[in-house]
Amino acid sequence: MEYVIEMLNIRKEFPGVVACDDITLQLRKGEILALLGENGAGKSTLMSILFGLYQPDSGVIRLKGKEVRISNPNVANALGIGMVHQHFKLVHNFTITENIILGSETTRGLVVDTRSAARRIRELSARYGLNVDPDARVADVSVGMQQRVEILKMLYRDAEILIFDEPTAVLTPQEVQELMKILRGLIYEGKSVILITHKLKEIKAVADRCTVIRRGRLIATVDVETTSGEKLAEMMVGRKVTFQVDKKAKKPGEAILELDNLSVRGPGGVAGLKNFTLEVRCGEIVGIAGVDGNGQKELVEAVIGLRKADSGRILLKGNDVKDLPVRGRIARGMAFIPDDRHKYGLILDYSLEYNLILKDYYRTPFSRKGLLDHKAIRRHAVRVIEEFDVRAGQGAAATVRSLSGGNQQKTIVGREIDANPDLLIAVQPTRGLDVGAIEYIHRRLLEQRDNGKAVLLISLELDEILKISDRIAVINNGELVGVVRAAETDENEVGLMMTGIKRGAVS
Amino acid sequence: MWSLITQIFPYAVAFTIPLLITSLGGLFSERSGIVNIGLEGLMIIGMFTGALTISVLEIAMPGAAIWVGLLAAFIAGALFAMLHAFACITLNANQVISGIAVNMVAGALTTYLARNITGSGNILIIHGLVRKDVPVLSALPVIGRLVFTQTYATTWLVLFLVVLSTFTLYKTKFGLRLRACGEHPHAADSAGINVHLVRYLAVMISGAFAGLGGATVIVTYSGEFNGTAAGLGFLALAALIFGQWKPLGILGATFFFGFASTVANVSQAIPALAKISGIYLKTFPYIVTLIALVLSSKSSQAPKALGEPYDKGKR
Ligand SMILES: Nc1ncnc2c1ncn2[C@@H]1O[C@H](COP(=O)(O)OP(=O)(O)OP(=O)(O)O)[C@@H](O)[C@H]1O
Ligand SMILES: [Mg+2]
Repeated sequence: MEYVIEMLNIRKEFPGVVACDDITLQLRKGEILALLGENGAGKSTLMSILFGLYQPDSGVIRLKGKEVRISNPNVANALGIGMVHQHFKLVHNFTITENIILGSETTRGLVVDTRSAARRIRELSARYGLNVDPDARVADVSVGMQQRVEILKMLYRDAEILIFDEPTAVLTPQEVQELMKILRGLIYEGKSVILITHKLKEIKAVADRCTVIRRGRLIATVDVETTSGEKLAEMMVGRKVTFQVDKKAKKPGEAILELDNLSVRGPGGVAGLKNFTLEVRCGEIVGIAGVDGNGQKELVEAVIGLRKADSGRILLKGNDVKDLPVRGRIARGMAFIPDDRHKYGLILDYSLEYNLILKDYYRTPFSRKGLLDHKAIRRHAVRVIEEFDVRAGQGAAATVRSLSGGNQQKTIVGREIDANPDLLIAVQPTRGLDVGAIEYIHRRLLEQRDNGKAVLLISLELDEILKISDRIAVINNGELVGVVRAAETDENEVGLMMTGIKRGAVS
Repeated sequence: MWSLITQIFPYAVAFTIPLLITSLGGLFSERSGIVNIGLEGLMIIGMFTGALTISVLEIAMPGAAIWVGLLAAFIAGALFAMLHAFACITLNANQVISGIAVNMVAGALTTYLARNITGSGNILIIHGLVRKDVPVLSALPVIGRLVFTQTYATTWLVLFLVVLSTFTLYKTKFGLRLRACGEHPHAADSAGINVHLVRYLAVMISGAFAGLGGATVIVTYSGEFNGTAAGLGFLALAALIFGQWKPLGILGATFFFGFASTVANVSQAIPALAKISGIYLKTFPYIVTLIALVLSSKSSQAPKALGEPYDKGKR
């Protein structure tokens, strides 16, 4: 079998960690190779080496049997290697065409020839079923569309080897389906793909083979067809992963959060949330199910205080908090796991320990007489890092930017759950986490519930909602379609309700 | 009223043009992501170089000396701006502080040199540019009288540069890359663009244009170098922000400043305006700018990566 790319015995160290330790990865022509590994296993690092962003400390890379040195991304491009990063690299106020041609523009005289470039983009877009409008501005299109722009960038440069770093983490379930179709189309046209993902379902759906790594070391490369999902998970985490959570029946207590006829305007003044009424009680997890963009964002932001509610009431333990600032709400027992971790959750250039006290820095024990107590801050950080298994090369002192995507997420989740809030608002709490970490986070959320706290869970993943919620509130077009008990419903019913079809609500 | 406007207009234009070209220089720098508050200093460099070159050459080659002086100022500005580029781009220094340093060094250095050369610290040129009517066009009704009579050649040169710059920024490969560097340098870098090189060029263009702006002041309405640009560079910077980092916006903003300042300067000679205290007229453009900045701050068009040193390692 011919390999288009071989990475042999790759090793890469960062201060305090060996990110890749003697990893070998071989990609066949025309296949989709999945790369699976826990958070911080070294997947992004390995792919960055292939794309020329980092230089390996040792090991060789072979392209179609010939040894190559990829000293920077330009070399990678010239060799036909393209990469879609975990965070997109697009200029927001450029058109899609401008973004795609940037760096390899063709000109007519002195003028950049956007017209013929747009034509070529249309052709490529049609051939691979991408459905991209070359004249739209990047700022105006959805995240899923932005990802396709990144794909087109590679295709425009005639890339043969396409690397996707957790492409599905930012997509809605519908967009994931479409991406899977696109990936198959790429293979059909003879491209080869490396796909990083934590979702075993996706690997099962599209990948031919799967390379599993753990803590920087290669475990094995296996055929996807003949290997079960459980087996893959076990190879990756190093122990058996139970996909079932044990959710004891529990009687919820009095209401912690009451939303009463809440209306919130979305961006541009359109109604985002309309007369929304919902209750979250002690000892229960309420899941919000809905297609992305149906008012979840407005709901969350209004409850935590990032957005002003237009009318209605937000009661926390019986007191109206509608006019309180964010800090006031936190002080009264709210905590918040945001979905955009870079925008709301973390200060990337601060150390891990500082990020862990972002909400409490002004309180004892972290602050005494107006001065920070670094010993207490460090002790706190060490404990949370240990408990939530946040892996960082330099421990509490590491800057959060140097953490892997999943470990950044664990940092936020750890901070919020550790605050032991009466009401935890968790938006996509397991985005970008490996199955082992997901299992742990789910257990912690249930623990909150069993300790008589309330959790409001917003997730685009129906599986997750069905698995850990007690009740599920379905939202469509900013309105509450209905509330159902998780034990008495299934994917089909909730899926139907998400399209706006009501059924008799249960309380 | 009409005669008043036709009287004021040439002065307003003369005052606007150096502002315009300097602000346009700032546009290049800032759209590439580098804050340039050193425009004031760069103008001073242009004034000094221009005045010195012309004062030396004008006996030997009258006429041509002015153009040689403008060219010298253009080049000197570009070279001096490399200091700012080196600090901000190569050393990742704070761009505001580097800009302040440029201003201080430029003022001190040129004054020191001028003292050593002339003894007084001022450098005088004997002949400035002569105002001329544009043939044919000046005969047009209304417009001809207003725009095409009694004009400086530098005005047309600068207006040509405005058109050329707009074309460069929005139509050419270099412009596309330059704007990408100011918005998202990582995107530019991953597309194979040398962010450092583009930013160096942009800062040098800003220096060249500011230098030209300074020399234009010398050859048009001032005629003398005296160690200061009287805040014109800062005004150009304000116009850049007021004009929302766009060529047409800058054209409008600088013309607004130019006209308002001229009105304030001549107000005492105009009965209709003499009633208003000069202080109000003089502060008027700045107050309008402040209000405009406050109002437009929500929808600011500032380049996204403006002021941030480019760090490759950042993820
Ligand atoms: N630039 C860097 N400086 C220091 N340490 C780094 C750097 N980049 C990565 N690391 C460390 O290397 C290890 C591997 O990180 P990497 O991003 O490759 O993980 P990953 O497998 O992609 O994880 P995830 O699934 O969470 O994205 C982590 O421990 C991380 O903290
Ligand atoms: Mg990663």
